Amino acid sequence: MAIEMLYFAWVREVVGTGSERIDPPAGIETLGALIDWLADRSAAHANAFADRERLRAAIDQSFASPDAPIAGAREIAIFPPVTGG
Amino acid sequence: MIRVLVAAEPIDVAAELASVEVDGAGGIASFIGRVRADDGVSTLELEHYPGMTEAALRRVAEGARDRWGLAAVTIVHRVGAILPGERIVFVATAAVHRRAALDACAYCIDRLKTDAPFWKREVTPEGARWVEARAGDAARAADWG
Repeated sequence: MAIEMLYFAWVREVVGTGSERIDPPAGIETLGALIDWLADRSAAHANAFADRERLRAAIDQSFASPDAPIAGAREIAIFPPVTGG
Repeated sequence: MIRVLVAAEPIDVAAELASVEVDGAGGIASFIGRVRADDGVSTLELEHYPGMTEAALRRVAEGARDRWGLAAVTIVHRVGAILPGERIVFVATAAVHRRAALDACAYCIDRLKTDAPFWKREVTPEGARWVEARAGDAARAADWG
C-alpha cells in the first residue's frame, strides 16, 4: 500500500525532497525496517538515515519508535529531534 | 476554553491575554519566549509539521486544562522567519487561583518543547545551521510525568 513520506529540517535537505510517495514491499513491517529499505534508495537517503540516533519519526502524525508497526500507515514523517519553544 | 495558533504573524500579547480573562479566572499566568541574538544570529527560521503541530499543541493545552482544572489555555507559536527580540512563543493559563495557573503555564511550555514538531534554524554571518535539541528539555518535560 502506498505511503506518503514526509521529511523535515535537515533530513529534508539531505534527502533532497520534502515528500515522496513510496510503495514498500511486503515484509517491511516496522518503522525501522522501512528506514533500512529507504536508505537503499539513493546515496542521499543513505546519508540522511546514516545515524538513527539523530532521527525521530511519526506515523500518521503521532510520534513512533523504530519498532512501531507500519501496517495501515498513510503518512510517515522522519525528522530530527524537535526544537520548538 | 482552548486556543491554539501556529502563524507567521507577530504575536499580539494584549489581545491574547485578554482572551484568557474569562469568567471564573482569578489568576492568569503567561510565558513569552523571545529570539535571542546569541552568536550573531540575525534570523531564526521556524519549520513545522502542519497538522501534527496544531494537534500536538492542542493535546498539551488539553492536558493542562484537565490536570489543573483551567478556565482557559492559549498557546501561540510563530513559524517562518523571526528576528532577534521578536516573540516566538506565547502561553497563557487561567485558573481560579494563582498556583494552578503558574504550574500549568510551566507545564505547557516544558511539554511544548518536546511534544510539538517544530525545528529551529539559525541564520548567522557564517551561514545557517539547524539547532540541536537539548537533553535538558526532555528531562524537564519528563519531570511533569
